[in-house]
Amino acid sequence: MSEKIAVQIDDLTVAYNYKPVLWDIDLAIPEGVLMAIVGPNGAGKSTLIKAILDIIKPIAGSIQIYNKPYKKQRSLVAYVPQKGSVDWDFPTTALDVVMMGTYGSLGWIKRPGQKQKKAALEALEKVGMLSFKHRQISQLSGGQQQRIFLARALVQNASIYFMDEPFQGVDATTEKAIINILKELRKAGKTVVVVHHDLQTVPEYFDWVTFLNVKKIATGPVKDIFNDDNLTKTYGINYKVSIQQ
Amino acid sequence: MSNAQIEIQLIASLVAISCAIPGTFLVLRKMALITDAISHSILPGIVIGFFITHDLSSPLLIIMAAASGVLTVVLVEFIQKTGLVKEDTAIGLVFPALFSIGIILIAQNANDVHLDIDAVLLGELAFAPFDRLMFDGTDLGPKSLWIIGIILLITLGLLFAFFKELKVSTFDAGLASALGLSPVVMHYGLMTVSSITTVGAFDAVGAILVIALMIAPAATAYLLTNNLKKMLILAVIFGVGSAIIGYWVAHVLDSSISGSMTTVLGLLFLMVYLFAPNKGLFSVLYRQKQQRIEVSLLTFLLHLANHEEKEERHVKHLNEHINWQKVRSKSVLNLALKNNMITIHNDIVSLTDKGQHFTTEAIDYIVTNKNSEIENMKDRFFLFRG
Repeated sequence: MSEKIAVQIDDLTVAYNYKPVLWDIDLAIPEGVLMAIVGPNGAGKSTLIKAILDIIKPIAGSIQIYNKPYKKQRSLVAYVPQKGSVDWDFPTTALDVVMMGTYGSLGWIKRPGQKQKKAALEALEKVGMLSFKHRQISQLSGGQQQRIFLARALVQNASIYFMDEPFQGVDATTEKAIINILKELRKAGKTVVVVHHDLQTVPEYFDWVTFLNVKKIATGPVKDIFNDDNLTKTYGINYKVSIQQ
Repeated sequence: MSNAQIEIQLIASLVAISCAIPGTFLVLRKMALITDAISHSILPGIVIGFFITHDLSSPLLIIMAAASGVLTVVLVEFIQKTGLVKEDTAIGLVFPALFSIGIILIAQNANDVHLDIDAVLLGELAFAPFDRLMFDGTDLGPKSLWIIGIILLITLGLLFAFFKELKVSTFDAGLASALGLSPVVMHYGLMTVSSITTVGAFDAVGAILVIALMIAPAATAYLLTNNLKKMLILAVIFGVGSAIIGYWVAHVLDSSISGSMTTVLGLLFLMVYLFAPNKGLFSVLYRQKQQRIEVSLLTFLLHLANHEEKEERHVKHLNEHINWQKVRSKSVLNLALKNNMITIHNDIVSLTDKGQHFTTEAIDYIVTNKNSEIENMKDRFFLFRG
């Protein structure tokens, strides 16, 4: 792991209707980590990602992607929203959804062509969904839909990947397949940030972790900071999990 | 057909196309109710524009109306953002307020100007050919044909230019925003086009029935296709078809054109709702029945797989042994026989190798929910198609 910082967040505060959901967050995400963001419901995990991606406007603070604001670095960043955030009855196919990943590099008005289609097919192949390319998206299982979302992020060919609960509602096989792809991304030097719920799998899947509960509790290597102390600070007094390391 | 009749149908068709395009995206964005709001609240815009120009087909009218349409959306979102009420309540608060301002303005000035509430609300397509666009003494055709023609050209131009942006911001606004394809711009663009189209549809169906032309063709098309482009094309076809059929129904019955068009739209939706191949009511009922039979089949096969004893496998005893759940045992036996899953010797039923294999596979699928192994079974059995 190099010492370069991929994402630098300073004094970030985000509020909905003047009620802060993220308080004064300072966070540096080093390049090349596979990082989990953990915290209880309502801790602001999704909000943090949305603020980094400029989907939600913060009321204070600054966010830098490789030392520049997000607006100048869009092409470096890929995003996998929560699966439940879209309407899967939308009239479109798996391939078409993956193609949407290329829309950012195309910019306004330009249409996707053969080059974009080829990239989308390759991404579908990588997530093992090539045979489903013409399947209407409502006809896919939850795990398959999540793979499609992952393929859509892969097609962006970014340096940093943000994923909002990619393991939610997927079967064990898909979970393994997804984590393998994420580990491959890290091997290729990419930075991967994942909102994660299953604390048991944190040490197995990730090398970096951020504890979040409206405020930042801790951030660092899993082996150093993933302990009962931080878990209790994040989740409340009686929280204990067994950690196998 | 007289010239006037052709012109009326042409106007109605162009209105239908202009409505179907934004309507498709509004249906997909679950914003059908906002068209209802816009169609009411453009009234004050129209009235004020009319007082200034004294001309129902003036461009200023369209601009004023579009502005009040967008104002509706802004006000709805503003009230919604306070977090005190939900979106439907916000819509219900905004449009009656704007609409009533329009009504009061008309009532106050009804003596001075000719603006009929009925004409505003219901439209009067039959009179459209009388108001002609004259240039240098030449007759260029009905004014409303020109207005809706220009609106349609703009709508089509925007659709072709921003199809990709509209699609991604409708499907996944978060991604669109992250990619820098502003969903906010698309949202207000769509609202502006919808408002302008509503005003343009004025002569044909009036401000209220335009909702039918926006929503019904798109909703009908949605039941028939899983492809956005096809949905747009189908919506256009349904819109135009209903407009022309509605015109002739009105002609035969000597009745309101806008009323007939809307009725045809409603009937068309009903037919598709009942008979659509996949999402239609009858298709769904048939599929449910098939699934019930297949569940019984599987129960039956599992029973056979579990029991070696002959008395457990006798045709006559199967009815008693298995709770068939409204499914006739004969249809289950026939389905199993047709698929070569069982053989019957002297009224004793046995599983074939194929039946044995199928049962194991199916149980495996139901237990583990692993999809890949049953892809070929999906073609033959509804049960596995979700």
